Amino acid sequence: MNKLSIIIKREYLRRVSKKSFILLTLLMPFLFAATIFFPLMMSRIKSTDTRTVAIIDTTGKYAPLFTDTDTYKFINSPQTLEDYRNAHDKAVFAILSITSDLLNNPNAAALYSEKQIPADLSTLVDNTLRKYVQDEKLATYNIPNIKEIIADSKVHINIQTIKWEADGAENISSTMIAKLVGFAFTLIIYMFIVIYGAMVMNGVQEEKTNRIVEIMVSSVRPFDLMMGKIVGIALVGLTQAFIWATMAGALLVGANLITAPAIDPAAIQQSAAAINQTGIQPAVAIDMQQASETAQFLQTLNTINLTEITVCFILYFIGGYLLFAALFAAIGAAINQPEDSQQFMMPIMLLLLFSLYAGMYSLDNPDGPLAAWCSFIPITSPVVMMMRLPFDVPLWQQIISIVTLYATAIGITWLSAKIYRVGILMYGKKPTVKELIKWIKYK
Amino acid sequence: MNFIETENVTKQFAGHLALNNVSIAVPSGSIFGLLGPNGAGKTTLIRIINRITAPDSGTVRMGGRTLQPADIFRIGYMPEERGLYKKMKVGEQAIYLSQLKGLNYQTAKTRLKQWFGKFEIEDWWNRKLEELSKGMQQKIQFIITVIHDPELLIFDEPFSGFDPVNADLLKNEILQLKDAGKTIIFSTHNMASVEEICDEIALINTAEVVLAGQVREIRQRNKTNTFSLTVAPQENVNIHNSEIQIIERKDTAFATELRILKPQHISNSAMLAILGQSLEILSFNEEYPTMNEIFIKTVSNK
Repeated sequence: MNKLSIIIKREYLRRVSKKSFILLTLLMPFLFAATIFFPLMMSRIKSTDTRTVAIIDTTGKYAPLFTDTDTYKFINSPQTLEDYRNAHDKAVFAILSITSDLLNNPNAAALYSEKQIPADLSTLVDNTLRKYVQDEKLATYNIPNIKEIIADSKVHINIQTIKWEADGAENISSTMIAKLVGFAFTLIIYMFIVIYGAMVMNGVQEEKTNRIVEIMVSSVRPFDLMMGKIVGIALVGLTQAFIWATMAGALLVGANLITAPAIDPAAIQQSAAAINQTGIQPAVAIDMQQASETAQFLQTLNTINLTEITVCFILYFIGGYLLFAALFAAIGAAINQPEDSQQFMMPIMLLLLFSLYAGMYSLDNPDGPLAAWCSFIPITSPVVMMMRLPFDVPLWQQIISIVTLYATAIGITWLSAKIYRVGILMYGKKPTVKELIKWIKYK
Repeated sequence: MNFIETENVTKQFAGHLALNNVSIAVPSGSIFGLLGPNGAGKTTLIRIINRITAPDSGTVRMGGRTLQPADIFRIGYMPEERGLYKKMKVGEQAIYLSQLKGLNYQTAKTRLKQWFGKFEIEDWWNRKLEELSKGMQQKIQFIITVIHDPELLIFDEPFSGFDPVNADLLKNEILQLKDAGKTIIFSTHNMASVEEICDEIALINTAEVVLAGQVREIRQRNKTNTFSLTVAPQENVNIHNSEIQIIERKDTAFATELRILKPQHISNSAMLAILGQSLEILSFNEEYPTMNEIFIKTVSNK
């Protein structure tokens, strides 16, 4: 026992004190956020130069509808389509040709360009023309005030989902947010298993190729060596998770503090009334609505039982990690070069991927059979159950799932320890699965 | 009494027999040499004694009873392929490994400092292992092997990679361990070191023990009845017995040196009597074969 703790201590300290670990742990949340927001921002950036679109309108009705935007300048052109085709005029980016009345012939408008037509241009043209033609069409019905009637009929409703607590208290819940939380935790578990599992495998590999095990084998049981590594690395993972959770918590509390004073229920109601009355949203009302949305998001986030999820997260993290890390350790011990790992890694990675997808599909139906079964099967349960948890899973299901997971994890660890014991000291050719089974039987 | 013995140990690897009914006996407090050409099965036998691999059949006994898992804590083993953590600092690493061998932090540190001082390598303490040369790493390895003061020490090819100065240092350390009452097994190709320090040997060739026993006894057993003889200067050496042959002759101003070969059935004193009839014998010495010669003879005869 004492030796096990010495090994755990070394494995833990060695990794946590690395500069790369400290940097990565602190920067990761920002990197993660950046990978999401950077492409989003990039897509918002418009090209600064204005492109000219020539309009050849034989009807003369539609050309005046187009007003210049930041990106597109519309000119009414006397030339024909053929002229442009032959001229290869670089100054003109695209040509909009309208050959007859669109009300009678909806296919009469076309956009030509030597380049790919961007989606925003075709949308712009489409919207402009459609709105005009729609109005034109409405006018043919000869109903007075038709526009007002239609505007009035566009009722916007917003469905609230409210969950009754045991004491009858109402809680505004949101499927969206539950999904988001479930998905976040699932992804974290999945990533932790893959990253830290691989770390276990590499560590075992290093010790095997170093041949340090031969020295240690006369003082330490191989089982201690394996468990020391697995536990030490798990602690590294938990440390990282804890740091990230603290950072996220601080962020959440910060957001709460900023938005909370801005919400005044009376003001929200007032603005809502204003919206209803006028049909237009005053600038103040929009601000209010946004503020109330943020507040509602935080409020619903609070309704999700974070304590329960955190406890389960730790339990599933440890169980799932133990299960896979033991497998990874056995692989690391069995193979001779890192290149040989593929053959054994593949099935495990496939299982993990399967559980990730099973989890994602469970989102739409968190109480369905796929979700239910996959949250009991130990290989998939850590990933899938995390996805279901924000949707309130019955306690008995959680207990069955966790007990099965831990029983399997212990069994797998025991088997892996046997493979590890033989494999870590076996050099030479790559073992076959048949040999691995023989190793398990080895006394 | 034998500290450790193996009885009819057989180990079969896929495709080849590594050990075939190997029995060796290592007396307590002796230095036991495990000899043999490359691939003979020495390392496999050592690994079986260390319980790294299990034999297919046969038993290993320590102190007269079957080797128990806990017995390996009484063994200090230095493998042939030396391995340590490359990225770890020497001192930190030595303390870690010593702790795993059951020493507490303080004892480990004190003992290590002593050893480092003895080998004059104190300034390596804070260096990373990968910065050291192979021979330097081996010194560290040796220290770690003996740090927990085990009763049995097993060195696999301890002299490979050492320069003559350091090899001598190591040899003296091994002899000191013997004086301290430890039992030592080492495998080697270095036959000179065998003659110098081994009490007993076992020669393994193609998975079997082909020669075993005390070094002096083996050399005696393998004697070729060759003698070196110094006689008073003489021009014509006549031996009145056709069975005794002169195989080499060297004349100096003061003596004639001869090497002669006699058949087994003529005793030494009978031979001396015959020689004395015609020669004035100044010195007389029986030549024993070196371990190197015995090794080559035994292995190539097979």
